[in-house]
Amino acid sequence: MAALLQVAGLHAAYGLTRVLHGIDFALEEGSITALLGANGAGKTTTLRALCSMVKVEGEVHFDGARIDGRATEDIVRLGIAHVPDGRGTFTHLTTEENLRLGAYVRRDKSSIAQDFERIYGYFPRLKERRHQQAGTLSGGEQQMLAVSRALMLRPKLLLLDEPSFGLAPLIVREIFAIMREINKTEKVSILLVEQNAAMALDLADHAYLIETGRVVLSGTSEDIKKDEAVRRSYLGY
Amino acid sequence: METFLHQVIAGLATGGIYASVALALVMIYQATHHVNFAQGEIAMFSTYIAWSLIQAGMPYWVAFFLTIVIAFVLGVLVERIIVRPVEQAPVLSVVVVFIGLLVIFNSLAGWIYTYTIKTFPSPFPEKPPFGTHLVSSHEIGAVGVTLVVLALLYSFFRFTPLGLAMRAAAQNPESSRLVGIRVGWMLALGWGLASAIGAIAGMMVAPIVFLDPNMMSGILLYAFAAALVGGIDNPGGAVLGGFIVGVLENVLGAYVIGNDLKLSVALVLIIGVLVIRPSGLFGRVHVTRV
Ligand SMILES: Nc1ncnc2c1ncn2[C@@H]1O[C@H](COP(=O)(O)OP(=O)(O)O)[C@@H](O)[C@H]1O
Ligand SMILES: [Mg+2]
Repeated sequence: MAALLQVAGLHAAYGLTRVLHGIDFALEEGSITALLGANGAGKTTTLRALCSMVKVEGEVHFDGARIDGRATEDIVRLGIAHVPDGRGTFTHLTTEENLRLGAYVRRDKSSIAQDFERIYGYFPRLKERRHQQAGTLSGGEQQMLAVSRALMLRPKLLLLDEPSFGLAPLIVREIFAIMREINKTEKVSILLVEQNAAMALDLADHAYLIETGRVVLSGTSEDIKKDEAVRRSYLGY
Repeated sequence: METFLHQVIAGLATGGIYASVALALVMIYQATHHVNFAQGEIAMFSTYIAWSLIQAGMPYWVAFFLTIVIAFVLGVLVERIIVRPVEQAPVLSVVVVFIGLLVIFNSLAGWIYTYTIKTFPSPFPEKPPFGTHLVSSHEIGAVGVTLVVLALLYSFFRFTPLGLAMRAAAQNPESSRLVGIRVGWMLALGWGLASAIGAIAGMMVAPIVFLDPNMMSGILLYAFAAALVGGIDNPGGAVLGGFIVGVLENVLGAYVIGNDLKLSVALVLIIGVLVIRPSGLFGRVHVTRV
């Protein structure tokens, strides 16, 4: 079976600074796959490259179609929802308006109402805050909102960029538990970028380790957890 | 007392005009974060188009709505063809482009229609309303039209998916693309809407000041003051600001500084607001937690 997402020879640069030097990886449909690596390794750039938010070379195939070089707005329409680095909240709009924007490209307007309830089921706090300006939400609530906004697309693939960043461990665990549930029950595949390798490896089935713009290690989460170097450099035991 | 009341009411009437041009300025600002100095000239040019249509024998209201559509398309085209290429340019280059647009539309109008002033019809009755001579029916009508435009605009931004998408695109283009909004088109749409509103303002002001290629220049300055007073990102505030500026202009002109210095009211307001309260009287102060 072909992978849902297949990335080959991905290069990217910011101006003259080359950041990705030929990244290869694949994500199986229905899986949770993690991209691990230290700060500055190129994880965020990889996610941005998948959505044409930076200029890229190389090939990206999604769901049988080649998507590199397509406009970000069109890639979204294929069913890729990206929760960007920094969450990308529309801070001046209300929580509900943020969610409504998540469903902007959907045509099945009637089921969007149900999706609001589904989301509020996962994150009751967002329902309480639905008329509140999103910029006034706490960091954890904004992360929940960012994930929820992405889910409102009913995506096939969810790209998550450091959802744990700056959050208390308790909230991170809550969000990760819901990610697992969404992956199981709604069959949403997830590409997870994390610096927090321990939590990411607990959640993911597969992982790739990125160092300075290259994949240096890949395998099942179990195998990666057992790797000496990973243990010392990224897991800290 | 009677004359004071007259000044206030006349101020409200002209304020209605400032309000609609200010509204157009705010629209462009919200969509692009640029203040479009060519707004008044696009409005003037659209009014000439309406004049041509009426001259060609078209009934007033047909010409009115057709002009709105033409102005909308004109605004979209200007954004796509002229503004788009400088989208990423420094602010100063953009300002130069706007001033260039201003000159182009002004000269174009002069070239096509000559600089001799023309009368422009009012759709409202000649007879003064309610048997009073404080205001003309046209002035009341113009205020009414402004308020209707504001209500429509408010509903559009507040209650429609497209309105929401336009607000989102102005605020956070990157996140907007990630939810699938075609940000470039939202900007063009903003220009189209602003031009359409400008056209309405032009058609409402032309019966009062007569139609000539320079008819909007003073008005644009007042409208800019109004937009700043109201808060440059607040459509409702811009409308209220328009009325405030209109009344101040009239009352101060009549009693304090004389008619010759009236335009300086606008300048004083502009500078005053920028110095004392840049977000305007009604500008939102945003709270953001990170
Ligand atoms: N906008 C940018 N302009 C220039 N360099 C950038 C930009 N964003 C990231 N970089 C550089 O690209 C490299 C990879 O960054 P990034 O993909 O954000 O890493 P990660 O997400 O793994 O921490 C870093 O060296 C960073 O300094
Ligand atoms: Mg990053």
